[in-house]
Amino acid sequence: MMDLYDSQRSMRHMRKLAIQRGVVAILDVGSSKIACLVLRFDGIGLDGDGGDIGSLAGQSGFRVIGAATTRSRGVRFGEICAMGETERAIRTALQAAQKMAGIRVDHVIACFSGGEPRSYGLDAQVELEGQSVSEQDVARVLAGCDVPEYGEGREVLHAQPVNFALDHRSGLADPRGQLGNSLSVDMHMLTVDADTVQHLAHCIKRCDLELAGIASSSYASGISALVEDEQELGAACIDMGGGTTGVSIFIKKHMIYADTVRMGGDHVTSDISMGLQVPTANAERIKTFYGGVHATGMDDRDMIEIGGETGDYEHDRRTASRAELIGIMRPRVEEILEEVRVRLDAAGFDHLPSQQIVLTGAGSQIPGLDGLASKILGQQVRLGRPLRVHGLPQAATGPGFASAVGLALFAAHPQDEWWDFDIPADRYPSRSLKRAVKWFRDNW
Amino acid sequence: MRSLIRRRPATPKVDPAPSRWSWRMQRLMLTPGFRFALRVGLPFTLSLLAGTIYLSDEARRGTVMQALQDVRSSVAERPEFMVKLMAIDGASNRLASEIRTTVPLEFPLSSFDLELTELREQITQINGVKQANVRVRPGGVLQIDVTPRVPVAVWRNAEGLALVDNTGAHVTEVAQRQDHPNLPLIAGDKAIEHVPEALKLFAAANVLGERLRGLVRVGQRRWDVVLDRDQRIMLPEENAVQALERVIALEGAQEVLTRDVARVDMRLASRPTLRMNEEATREWWHIRQLSGQ
Repeated sequence: MMDLYDSQRSMRHMRKLAIQRGVVAILDVGSSKIACLVLRFDGIGLDGDGGDIGSLAGQSGFRVIGAATTRSRGVRFGEICAMGETERAIRTALQAAQKMAGIRVDHVIACFSGGEPRSYGLDAQVELEGQSVSEQDVARVLAGCDVPEYGEGREVLHAQPVNFALDHRSGLADPRGQLGNSLSVDMHMLTVDADTVQHLAHCIKRCDLELAGIASSSYASGISALVEDEQELGAACIDMGGGTTGVSIFIKKHMIYADTVRMGGDHVTSDISMGLQVPTANAERIKTFYGGVHATGMDDRDMIEIGGETGDYEHDRRTASRAELIGIMRPRVEEILEEVRVRLDAAGFDHLPSQQIVLTGAGSQIPGLDGLASKILGQQVRLGRPLRVHGLPQAATGPGFASAVGLALFAAHPQDEWWDFDIPADRYPSRSLKRAVKWFRDNW
Repeated sequence: MRSLIRRRPATPKVDPAPSRWSWRMQRLMLTPGFRFALRVGLPFTLSLLAGTIYLSDEARRGTVMQALQDVRSSVAERPEFMVKLMAIDGASNRLASEIRTTVPLEFPLSSFDLELTELREQITQINGVKQANVRVRPGGVLQIDVTPRVPVAVWRNAEGLALVDNTGAHVTEVAQRQDHPNLPLIAGDKAIEHVPEALKLFAAANVLGERLRGLVRVGQRRWDVVLDRDQRIMLPEENAVQALERVIALEGAQEVLTRDVARVDMRLASRPTLRMNEEATREWWHIRQLSGQ
């Protein structure tokens, strides 16, 4: 428990340092691309009223001064499987972004989608010591949550208080100073594989950079792709990436569930590669140019040069109709969406008041996907793009950058997490001393 | 699917990723402090080092100085900057020759080598010069305009005779009193510091005419008017002119000075005193005895 506090607190401290220095890099380590944004904080809107979104949707405080992407190497299913390759890819992206920004970056906030995130709902209730809720009471109730046995070798990535309830009044965002008898809290905890985090941290350390924060990419893309009222009323963000498809559910501006499906655009590509007998690079090109999920009569006559590099003329001049391509892609996309459906059902998404579903991620650019998704997931489906932020290049405004942009927003306005609150006084070894100091301060 | 025909790509595929060292180098080059050091500190240090090494040799330093001198003289010795003669206006011949000896300049001379302010100070320090303007006139003439001091009195001191102007400054030495019969004579310790007062006294004593010899400053505080026949009028420190006028009035009424009087003591205004000559005193006693008083 304490080491979690320590590492996350030190990262939070590092993030504060980075924001004071004014420059921080955002790194989205994905399975198909690594995106890097360099943010410059100009100090406006940072000392705001904690957690509340101000003008310009809370993005007035920073500006993107460098952006770069590179093909990801050594990452599968959002997890690092070849450290040296990944390290080099991270370096490539960061170097290009630094060059564009013209400034040296020392702090990195990273997100990744792998590590099999699991969500847990925690709650606790304590009786108040005084009449009104103090910081200490909040700390006590957070510390009072009974942590489930989340397994050996896993680590808590997010632990956010989602809801406070005071006596019988629920839905309090900030209970401090309110009168009541008992305070209870609902908390959302997300755990991931500890090794995945360690690998990422090691790669970043090998690049002489400091890790100033870490987040789940499903959470980050939810922040940027869902608009404010969707976050408030309840919505699910489905981030269709290369190796994984992230699912995150938001309500009352808090994430209450996150999960990933270990299938994504790379699987569609490999299906095409196998089905049409073409190299992966060709398959990727065919997918992005001609891909789709709804075949029409026109598509039977639309012949695609699928090409090849073998030198065998007959082999290299093969063609396939677009209907064939769609026939290969559609089952895989359906499979992904059905898997997402299973996850949403498991999370109890159909009990939410609003069941908006937002598809984002580079995979959501398949033509006709929204029609297919509405058949599988429900009627309220839309395609989402990340929020506009200052200085973001046009090339980085596509849905594939949802998690990078979301991470930038997360860096500017971090959500309160468990470790941001004080450790309750009765857990301090030096509590008597602290009490004495407090008594002295109160009485003099 | 492996190609049947092996095609070597024109450029072999290179890893786009920077190596660890090039990455570190690039980050170093993006560090603001390092960039500043590279942009400013390094050239500064290098040029300083090169300059120091180059100039550490005596011969090279000499060459550099010689080259600088040559450049300077090539400009300074152009004909338009040359001064060919010196013209002195407003000074008598004697004073002019004195100025020429004081300022020994060898013409032609570059005007860059002339220190006009120094020249002016040198000239002003000559006794006879009250004020001097020094300038280089177009045409290569060093023009010196001199305002000479006007002598108003002859001062006799231990070294001899000198002319002084009304501020008490020396004008020139003179050999004989007769050379300047029209100027009054003053003498005594620090007399020249009170020349204006002396001039006023002379103006008042003008009526004494030929009898007046001069003024003597006594004890650095008051004046004695010296007449011929070894007569003296001792004046007070203050209101000396009035006291002198009283004596002159007495002379006019009772011919005091014409008589056999050695001193007229006016130092106490309420009690003017006369001192007679020894001969006269004895004569006076004799008359008193005869008269039986």
